[in-house]
Amino acid sequence: MSDTLLTVEDLKVHFKLPRPHLFGPNPIVHAVDGVSFRIKRGTTFGLVGESGSGKTTVALAVMRLAEITSGRVNLGDLTISDLDGDGLRHARKRMQIIFQDPYSSLNPRMRAGAIIREPLDLMEIGDESERDDVVSKLFSNVGLRPEQQALFPHQFSGGQRQRIGVARALASQPDLVVCDEPVSALDVAIQAQIINLLRDLQRDFNLTYLFISHDLGVVQHFCDEIAVMYLGQIVEQADRVSLFSKPLHPYTWALLSAVPSADPSAKNRGQRVRLQGDPPSPIDPPAGCRFAPRCPFAEQRCKEETPELRTFGENHVAACHLVTDDGVAPHTR
Amino acid sequence: MSEQRPLLEVEGLRVEFKTRNGIARVIDDLHLSVMPGETLGVVGESGCGKSMTALSIMGLVPIPPGRIAAGKIMLDGEDLLQVSESRMREVRGNEISMIFQEPMTSLNPVYSVGNQIAETARLHEGLSARAARDRAVEMLHAVGIPAPDKRVDEFPHQLSGGMRQRVMIAMALTCKPRVLIADEPTTALDVTVQAQIFDLLQDLQEQTGTAIILITHDMGAIAEMAHRAMVMYAGRKIEQASVDEILTNPKHPYTQGLIACVPHMTSNPNPEPARLQEIPGVVPAMTALGKGCPFAPRCAHAMDQCRSQMPNIETVDENHLAACHLNAQLGGQGA
Repeated sequence: MSDTLLTVEDLKVHFKLPRPHLFGPNPIVHAVDGVSFRIKRGTTFGLVGESGSGKTTVALAVMRLAEITSGRVNLGDLTISDLDGDGLRHARKRMQIIFQDPYSSLNPRMRAGAIIREPLDLMEIGDESERDDVVSKLFSNVGLRPEQQALFPHQFSGGQRQRIGVARALASQPDLVVCDEPVSALDVAIQAQIINLLRDLQRDFNLTYLFISHDLGVVQHFCDEIAVMYLGQIVEQADRVSLFSKPLHPYTWALLSAVPSADPSAKNRGQRVRLQGDPPSPIDPPAGCRFAPRCPFAEQRCKEETPELRTFGENHVAACHLVTDDGVAPHTR
Repeated sequence: MSEQRPLLEVEGLRVEFKTRNGIARVIDDLHLSVMPGETLGVVGESGCGKSMTALSIMGLVPIPPGRIAAGKIMLDGEDLLQVSESRMREVRGNEISMIFQEPMTSLNPVYSVGNQIAETARLHEGLSARAARDRAVEMLHAVGIPAPDKRVDEFPHQLSGGMRQRVMIAMALTCKPRVLIADEPTTALDVTVQAQIFDLLQDLQEQTGTAIILITHDMGAIAEMAHRAMVMYAGRKIEQASVDEILTNPKHPYTQGLIACVPHMTSNPNPEPARLQEIPGVVPAMTALGKGCPFAPRCAHAMDQCRSQMPNIETVDENHLAACHLNAQLGGQGA
C-alpha cells in the first residue's frame, strides 16, 4: 500500500453561465483552475481561502459531485476522475463527506438510526443483522446513546446532529472523509467537542481527512498540511508549522494577519496589513498573478507573468515572483 | 472616562416569554452600562440572551408572547421602557441604531440601497429627497464603498456580502447615533472583510464618539474591538471586566471554558497540538432552569451549593465582577 491516498493533478472545474446576449459567448467561471496536491494516508489536509476561492468546489470535484472539466483524481490506485455508473457508485464507499449545516443535511423524516443505516443499505454492505451491529457501534463511537436511534433529527441539538452526520459518513468505512466546514455552523463550545471527536476517530480508524474551513484557528489546530487557495488556484502550501510561522505568499500573510487575536499580549495587535476590496471575479481572472490587484507589493512583472509554484525548503511551496530563491518573503524585507 | 456618566444604562432588566412549556425567563436581573466612545463586548453561546438584550434596548421585543417584567433602560436619563411608541420611533435609528447579523436578509431586496439609507435620513431629519440621496452617497463613501454615486442606485443582490454589511453600517450610522448595537456584525463574513469592518467601526467611533455594544461569540473579536466585556449565560450576566483582564484572568468557569475551547491561531504552532478543552453538554432550555447556578450541570467544579443556590454577581477584583460560588469561597482567587 502506498503512502499517498489521494492525488489530485491539474484539476480544473469550469462552470458555464447563461449567455448575457443572444449571440454572445457563454461566460465561464474558472472556479478551480489547475489545482494539484497529494494527501498522505492517515493525515489531514486543510484547504483555506476566502469565500469564492474554490475550496468547496475542489472537495465536490474530488467526490465527483461537481463535474471535472480536466485533470486527474486518484484515490489509492483508482482513478476516480475516469469512473462512471457502477464503478463510481462502488468507489463512493471509499470516500464520504461531512457537510457544514447539520440542520439541512439530515432528512427530517428519517429516524437517526435509519439515517446512519442508509449508506449501508444503498451500498449493500453486510447483511441485515450486520448492519444493525454497525449502526449501534457507530452510535457509541460518535458519543450518542443507543436508544437515541429511534429519535428524529429535530430532537437532537446541533452538536448531536453533527455527530449523526459524522456517523453517517463513517458507515461505509471510507478511506477518505471530506469535511466541508464541519464546525462552522456550531456554537464555540460545541466546536471543540466535534473537533476532538474527529481527531479520536482519525486515530481509531486511520482516517484521511480533506478539511475545508475558513477558521484559521481550527485549521492550525487540526490539519497536518495546509493549502491556501485564491481565485481557484493554490498560492501556497506547507505543513502547519511552516505555514503559520513563516508564510511566504503575501496573500497568506494578509489572511493570517486579519485573524483577530484573543491573546492580549500579541505583538501585532492593531498594526497589521489590511487587504482592500474583495477578490476579483473568477469569470475573468486578472492576467499574471491573480492576487496582484490587491497585493501591496505588486510590481509590473506580477501583472504580466503568472507565477509558478516554487519549492522553498522541505514541503513548502508558494507561487509568488517576489519571494527570493532562498525563501525571503516580500513582507519580511 | 471614569468621571463621565454612562450614556446607556440597563438596570435589573427581566424579559419573559410565554411558551407552551411555561414561562421562559430569557433575561434575568441584567445590569449593563456603556460610556460615550466606549465599546462593550457581550459574549456567550447562542441562546444565552445576547440578542434579546439588544432587542430589548431597541424596543423590538415581540409583545406578546414577550413581556418586559422588570427593569429600566436609561438613555441619558430617559427610561426607554416608559416612553410612548412614537418617541421610541424617534429614538430608534436616530439615537440608538443596530447592525444585524445577516446582511442578506436585513436589507429590502426591492429597494435600491441608496433608497434604504435615505429613508432613515428623511424620517428622522426631514431631509428632502435630493438632500437625503446626497447623504446616502456621503454615507456609502464614509463606509469605504468604491464609486458611491453609482452604487447608491444598485440593489442588495448586486453587492457582495462585505459590501452589504457596509451598507447596513451606513444605514445604522446615517443619523449619527449615540449608541450603536452590532449583533454579530461579521459572523457571515471572511476574516479579511471582517478586519476591514472592524477598522471602519473603530474609525467611526473615534470621529463621532459613538458608544458601541458589540455582541459576538468570538473572543478574538472582543480582544480586537472592545474595551470592556461581559459574559452572559442563560439570560444572566455571569462575569464582567476589562477585556485584558477577562482574557488573562477569567474568574467564572464558563468564561474559562469559552476561552480554552477555541483553538487560537499563533505564529509558532505546537507541532503536536493538544486536545481541545471541551465544555460538556449544551445551554439549558430557558424553561427548565432550576434554583441553582444555571451553569452547574456543565461545570467541572460544581458543588452542592451551586445546585441549590443561585450565585449573585459580586466584585472579585477591582472592576471585575463574577457570579460564582467558588470565587466567594476562595476569596476571589478563582476556580
